[in-house]
Amino acid sequence: MAADNSAVPASDINPVGAQIEREQRAAATPPAAHNTFDWKTAARNAAIAAFIAGVLGFFFLGMRTDIAPGGLVITYRWLVLLFAVALVFLGRLLLETFIFNAAPALARVIAGLLFIAAIGFMMAYDVPGTRQLNRLLVGVGLGAAIVAVLYLVAAYSRRAPAAKRKTVTGPPTWASRAPGIVLFLIAAGLPFIITTLFPGQQRQYIDLAILIMTYVMLGWGLNIVVGLAGLLDLGYVAFYAVGAYSFALLSTHFEFMGFWMALPLAGILAAFWGIILGFPVLRLRGDYLAIVTLAFGEIIRVVLLNWYDFTGGPNGISGIPKPTFLGMDFTRGEDGVAAFLGIEYSTIHRFIYLYYIIFILAIITNLVTMRLRKLPVGRAWEALREDEIACRSLGINTTNTKLTAFAIGAMFGGFAGSFFATRQGFISPESFSFLESAIILAIVVLGGLGSQLGVVAASVVMIGGIEMLRNVGFVNNIFPGFDPVQYRMLIFGFAMVAIMVWKPRGLVTTRDPSAVLKERKKIGADMVAQGEGH
Amino acid sequence: MEYFLQQLINGLTLGSIYGLIAIGYTMVYGIIGMINFAHGDIFMIGSFIALTVFLLLTSVLGFAFLPVVLLIVIIVAMLFTAMWGWSVERIAYRPLRGSFRLAPLITAIGMSIVLQNFVQITQGARVKPLPPQIQGGITLMQGSTENGTIVVQLSYMQIIIILTTIVLMTGFTLLISRTSLGRAQRACEQDRKMASLLGVDVDRTISLTFVMGAALASVAGVMFLLLYGVIDFYIGFLAGVKAFTAAVLGGIGSLPGAMLGGLLIGLIEVFWSGYFTVEYKDVAAFSILAIVLIFLPSGLLGKPEVEKV
Repeated sequence: MAADNSAVPASDINPVGAQIEREQRAAATPPAAHNTFDWKTAARNAAIAAFIAGVLGFFFLGMRTDIAPGGLVITYRWLVLLFAVALVFLGRLLLETFIFNAAPALARVIAGLLFIAAIGFMMAYDVPGTRQLNRLLVGVGLGAAIVAVLYLVAAYSRRAPAAKRKTVTGPPTWASRAPGIVLFLIAAGLPFIITTLFPGQQRQYIDLAILIMTYVMLGWGLNIVVGLAGLLDLGYVAFYAVGAYSFALLSTHFEFMGFWMALPLAGILAAFWGIILGFPVLRLRGDYLAIVTLAFGEIIRVVLLNWYDFTGGPNGISGIPKPTFLGMDFTRGEDGVAAFLGIEYSTIHRFIYLYYIIFILAIITNLVTMRLRKLPVGRAWEALREDEIACRSLGINTTNTKLTAFAIGAMFGGFAGSFFATRQGFISPESFSFLESAIILAIVVLGGLGSQLGVVAASVVMIGGIEMLRNVGFVNNIFPGFDPVQYRMLIFGFAMVAIMVWKPRGLVTTRDPSAVLKERKKIGADMVAQGEGH
Repeated sequence: MEYFLQQLINGLTLGSIYGLIAIGYTMVYGIIGMINFAHGDIFMIGSFIALTVFLLLTSVLGFAFLPVVLLIVIIVAMLFTAMWGWSVERIAYRPLRGSFRLAPLITAIGMSIVLQNFVQITQGARVKPLPPQIQGGITLMQGSTENGTIVVQLSYMQIIIILTTIVLMTGFTLLISRTSLGRAQRACEQDRKMASLLGVDVDRTISLTFVMGAALASVAGVMFLLLYGVIDFYIGFLAGVKAFTAAVLGGIGSLPGAMLGGLLIGLIEVFWSGYFTVEYKDVAAFSILAIVLIFLPSGLLGKPEVEKV
């Protein structure tokens, strides 16, 4: 991060910097890392944690209300509660030995073995016959995996301070660009990599790649608003919805209107809505802006849901045309793309084509953002993010600056929306709930505000990781009746909390202003409180 | 006129529930300056606990005397929900104290997702209906229109809700203005660093703020359960957004503002559904919010922010 080795500590220059430096110091050296470990304290903490878990779970894990003839009935599941409490106790013990304290190896081994044994026991408990051994093995494997991850995290955070002490100065070099270029090349060849490596599941993986790429694009679009201009927008999904509905309505009402003609129109309409919604609210700041954008997102969803004649209400719009390639469809016939190119027809072609559309759209978003950052308007955004009062004092028209950020962010949201509509072929207001906005914002913040690569990293981790849960069908063979899909949003939420607590500044943290006067400041921009919007 | 009065009563009842939730938002915002997105879900947790306790008492243990049952339900729900509020703060917000502003907002959204899905998994996704427990009311007025007679009725349930809200609000205001805890809280609100220099345990005060906010939200949850008789894991989102709207409308950080905002949002919603269309009642509430904020950026009772350079 930006802590350099200058003689003057940042705390003497800027109080905000001091606060963040303290935070960094705290993060760099886990406060309790040098604590001596003793079993008594650890056991007491674990017991407290287990007690709290018991209280929290009492009405939720221990009991369950269900509808039955004659009213609600309660079923009791004390065993589940007991297992959960035991798991929390041992889990806390594990954290005490691995993360919070520098515990001796013996303590770690004991805590680890206890944890593994407990998971194995819980998994195998009450299972008839031959399955028991299987379950025991799976449980032990799972427990061992968790312990291994904790061990790695502990090892990582111990050597982290040395690794963190690097400063990014000067113009970007090839070395600093390398990760981006490598990622770009991988993404550019991804459909072919997938078709070669996983010929059986190519459709599924390309679909996943398309989904991740859509979120990358949305993340980059929102990054303009939140990351660059520092405006907290909780209603970004509104523009996504405007784009999707514009395209769907245009293409279903006008015969001649295909994807490529509707796409720019959808983007322009979304940008227009960005201006309409942005104009009255942009004098608000910080959290007021957040709540009003959230409200606008909800308003648009409610209108889409209830304006039955125009939007089809909850039934949505179906029969949205697929994108064409130079006016040709991806069909088997004589006039299809496959026949034109002289290759054998395959259903996968359309997905590869869709992937490249969203890939190119995303890259355009990225390029435009990177170029805009170097133009006066981009510099004004960054200045606005750092200090609005200073901006106004320097004669920057803050309203216009905010509006352009809002409109351009909205436009990319609109592009992504019309892509979503054409990919699905069907849209309904359900796809544009607040949760969607929250996921996009989470991707931007988890990736590291203002960082383009961070958005990619966060999309792959969050969206890819969660969607992978759909593919673990083998779990069902071991645990009949256990459906991991049910748990994906729970895991998503926990991951959001865990990543944020672990790395409050996001996975990739580079947030230097693009423009520098003479020399870089001693305090990097990412040490100043960010996203304040004033 | 009769119709108007009836809507007024309904609006005040709904507004009381929003107000109770809004206090949690406004207190947390006042003291640490963050939107506690999970607060609406804490309200949902409260109403689920209330439902389970109610069933335990009536159908399992066989208590029949309703006032005592209700009292026990409220107390148990407050205690257990307070524990949830405390835990959420401890897990998701305290590690990020002093971090940049968006970090706790993201963990709050994450926590909200976690709570919703936790309840969905453990209690099932289907709605839980509870037959009306308190029926009847007082007929205030009887009028006749061309369509027949209209009765203005103040149901016992509405009386209970409004009275509970008044009692809680009075107690709460006394707590904030008279006790040392309230003093510590107001001190932290003004200047956290200075308060800690003067010996106020800031972490403890913030935890207690969450505990109190959760307890009030759980009472709102009980009232919601008794008034509507149907809950599911998703009720927290919309109620939370409305309550936050109420807090902002009243001027965030101001306790009487939260109550006033809650009442206003309740009234707007009820009158809009009564006189215009039910479908767009949320649109009405949110539009009013946007309009108020544009003309009165710090809300109705909030203090205007001073820009410090």
